[in-house]
Amino acid sequence: MTMLGRTANQLYWMARYIERAENMARLIDVANRMVLLDVPGQAHESVWGSTLEVAGYPEDFVTFGGQISSSGVVLFLAFDDGFPSSIFSSIRAARENARALRVSITSEMWESINTTWLELRDYDSRTLFNGGVRDFCDWVKERTHSFRGVTDATMLRDESYAFLDMGLAVERADNTARLLDSKYHVLLPRDEHVGGSVDYYQWGAVLRSLSAFRAYHKIYSDVIEPRRVAELLLLRGDMPRSLMACFDRIAGQLESLCQGRPQECQRIAGEIHASLRFGRIDDIFRQGLHEFLTRFIARNADLGAQIEHDFMMLQRSRIPV
Amino acid sequence: MTRFFDEMSLPDGEVRGAYRALAQWLEDTPVERLKSKRDEAEMLFRRLGITFLVYGQEGGAERLIPFDIIPRIFSAREWEHLSAGLIQRVRALNMFVHDIYHEREIIRAGALPAETLLANALIEPHMHGLDVPRDVYVHVAGIDIVRVAEDRFYVLEDNLRSPSGVSYMLENRNTMMRLFPDLFASVDVQAVEHYPQELLRNLRATAPAGVDDPTVVVLTPGSYNSAYFEHAFLADQMGVELVEGQDLTVRDGQVLMRTIEGLKRVDVIYRRINDEFMDPLVFRPDSTLGVPGVLSVCRGGRVTLANAFGTGFADDKSIYPFVPDVIRFYLSEEPILENVETYVLRKPDDLAYTLEHLPDLVVKEVHGSGGYGMLVGPMSTAGEREAYRARILDCPENFIAQPTLALSHCPTFVDEGIAPRHVDLRPYVLSGETVSVVPCGLTRVALTEGSLVVNSSQGGGTKDTWVLDS
Amino acid sequence: MRLSIVHRTAYQYDAAVSFGIQYLRLTPYANASQRVIRWTVEAPGKLTRWTDAFGNSCDTLIFDDPGDRIEIVAAGEVETSDTTGVLPDEQGGVPVETYLRPTPLTDADETVADFAAPHAEAVSRDRLDGAHRIATAIRDRIDYREGATDVQSSASEALRNGYGVCQDHAHVFIAVCRALHIPARYVSGYLHVADRDAPAPAGHAWAAVWIEGLGWVSFDVANRTCGTECYVGTAVGLDYESACPMRGIREGGESAERLSVSVDVREKRRPAS
Repeated sequence: MTMLGRTANQLYWMARYIERAENMARLIDVANRMVLLDVPGQAHESVWGSTLEVAGYPEDFVTFGGQISSSGVVLFLAFDDGFPSSIFSSIRAARENARALRVSITSEMWESINTTWLELRDYDSRTLFNGGVRDFCDWVKERTHSFRGVTDATMLRDESYAFLDMGLAVERADNTARLLDSKYHVLLPRDEHVGGSVDYYQWGAVLRSLSAFRAYHKIYSDVIEPRRVAELLLLRGDMPRSLMACFDRIAGQLESLCQGRPQECQRIAGEIHASLRFGRIDDIFRQGLHEFLTRFIARNADLGAQIEHDFMMLQRSRIPV
Repeated sequence: MTRFFDEMSLPDGEVRGAYRALAQWLEDTPVERLKSKRDEAEMLFRRLGITFLVYGQEGGAERLIPFDIIPRIFSAREWEHLSAGLIQRVRALNMFVHDIYHEREIIRAGALPAETLLANALIEPHMHGLDVPRDVYVHVAGIDIVRVAEDRFYVLEDNLRSPSGVSYMLENRNTMMRLFPDLFASVDVQAVEHYPQELLRNLRATAPAGVDDPTVVVLTPGSYNSAYFEHAFLADQMGVELVEGQDLTVRDGQVLMRTIEGLKRVDVIYRRINDEFMDPLVFRPDSTLGVPGVLSVCRGGRVTLANAFGTGFADDKSIYPFVPDVIRFYLSEEPILENVETYVLRKPDDLAYTLEHLPDLVVKEVHGSGGYGMLVGPMSTAGEREAYRARILDCPENFIAQPTLALSHCPTFVDEGIAPRHVDLRPYVLSGETVSVVPCGLTRVALTEGSLVVNSSQGGGTKDTWVLDS
Repeated sequence: MRLSIVHRTAYQYDAAVSFGIQYLRLTPYANASQRVIRWTVEAPGKLTRWTDAFGNSCDTLIFDDPGDRIEIVAAGEVETSDTTGVLPDEQGGVPVETYLRPTPLTDADETVADFAAPHAEAVSRDRLDGAHRIATAIRDRIDYREGATDVQSSASEALRNGYGVCQDHAHVFIAVCRALHIPARYVSGYLHVADRDAPAPAGHAWAAVWIEGLGWVSFDVANRTCGTECYVGTAVGLDYESACPMRGIREGGESAERLSVSVDVREKRRPAS
């Protein structure tokens, strides 16, 4: 029996939404820590401003009418049900997909996402401001880890799993690239050389938000330096949130999905994969990290659209003629 | 006071043969254990997500249909009689639908009035002259049965469009076997688990001519439909795809399914969507649930819909009184199951009689279902009857009336302990290769003392239904 | 009379339409009053021919090459003869009684019933004569006015408005006849108007009633006439909804749709020998 395109789409997006919720929690967590650290020369507004920018919708916040303040941004990013990438919206969307997928996923997976949704819905957002931001972010990460653990432990490794895995990887790669890009071009002073304590904190925060702080020290045993941070998060396949690791997953899944039926998405994925696999960090920096990341984000989005086109054949809305 | 038929005991209090083992078991089992088993059953249903959505409540609340742990039991002999009657009835109804869309012999023979029948809005003009595989229109029928005496079974209603509830029948059995393995060890109950396979076999048997290995799908309106659980359950149990309208598309005179490997042909659609939503190019143009163009594929004989378009007229309450004649006409047999005497209020004599006897009658809307909008005379207040009388007089042709039936009762485990409650039965009759009925049905039980309304939307529950081996 | 017909329908969109499916009823049927000499339907997509229950020749049109303009051209020649509007042959497989059932567009509500009542006696005396009286009365009541109603307008609305186009006249006539138990059906097709020099912006529609022993008798209420050799029918049905020339859905092209229709019906004179 072959899988419906719509089912593939729902699996793929369920995984993307779960990953998106987790990334948002990481983003909030790191910004919150930076504000608490009170890094010299770094106003709270700019921390939250750049956080909103990574989240991709600074203009939404303006229309939301909030001033840029810790509580406003955290509430917006975590709980705003009109903001499509908020943790609330992402978990809700993931759960809606899961509900329609009841026959395609395991009951453990359904119970995990359903429990997450029920707890989130009953979450009292006021507790966030009694020092609960960190607890909340930890809870979100724990729930998404738990979902992935259940998925890993219970799901048959068939096409369903492949679409979940690709959804996760496409979303994660996008997030890592955006995070890196925002920090890089926001922080790189026009004429100054990169370095100093502000940079240490900023790059440290990037590493922490991607659970890569300890890994960095393990691998490089040296001070934090942008080039190495970039290398770790772009090119190292052993770093789970790196672009390379994401594309190892995507390329592998497409390889098995496209057996005997070459697809455009596989070509695009292969092209991106090769650029990461054979790319050198010095060349990337010579061409410009920002340019590299901008291109990557666009190509990754192309890939996402192409996967939908090649496998999902979604119907667009019908209009009577 | 009416004497109700007792499913378990004879008038002298002796337990009927079929119930003997159960009665013994009930006697041996402490009430506390029954209570804990009932709670366990509820937990199982909740965990499996066997819920239905209640329309009209805020947010479409998900609810469990109450499940009673005491089964309703038929002896092999009783079932033989009942199933023969069901098969006879569904055979005749299939022939009736075929005839109406072809030669209309029943009208020519004068057995049914042409104008009332052919102008019936439930007859689908697009079915005229169309041949369907094996002449099967009603692949799945749910026939509502009530029992009033030892060998007297009445057909209350034929459901020939898209009858639901079979997942409850199967899950009830499943749950009972999990909860009471010891009970099943002591009684020989006929199996029912093969229903999905029987359904699939019959659906495959009605695939369009020339298709060797037909692809069958279940078409659902989507996850917000009240019966979505059942649609997913049946697709899962048959091992076929559960699709929505947006997953299907019409090209080259075929219905195709959008899969990750491209478009795949679909041959048989077991659809749980009403006719009017199926093809926006002929029926409701605003429907997003159906498959635009599917009618043209049906007319071209390249896809089978189960049930076929336009079966609704045959289960319409205005046609119901004629069903015994329908059986006699097509099969030259006397009906095995009885019809409830029905007053058609379009007829002045019946109207007058009904208005005179409102306290004794049940009055229903011709196009109503689910137990909504009906008047149960003996249970009604004078005020309710007056209000209903006004409704009837406003548009008599919208109503029929029937005598209040003395629904049999069956021991049921309620808060007060074990007490009799009224039950009905919906067996599912499958047509395709043959006409058959799995030895079971959905027994619905009115949980309120004295109530005769068993509909789940009106607070009814369900029971497992056993047919004994011998 | 030999008629040469060209019927163009063009849909123009601002954004590309990615997929569309339509039922087309654009092919004239053959009967005692018309014989199809040649006929083609051309459209930017794949056509699958089928016959609906009313006996109409239908095409299912599928287009899945994205485009912002869809043009459908039905054209050909039909030889017609004058049967004084009477068609004895029943071409569809639908029983005549089917044409007694009301539809949303031909519902016999109070307005229709009130209008029908005075004609009951004439109808019971002589159905055909009654139908003529009904047709005249409707035309006297409803002015011909273009653009004032649309395809969704019901018979009852047209009666209350007192104006409408040929389609409204047909719907009212059908509704009234059915209310008086005369089977009546909708016909869509083409009309040749001798002195018209420019193509018409739409096809034509009329109605027919079943007279036992005679057959289907056509009434063009709008033009106060029965069928003649100037009429070419393409589809019959219960009302506009089931006999309309085209009905479909599209995916994409979310912006507004601009529709243009031209119908050119000319008499093809044989060269003088």
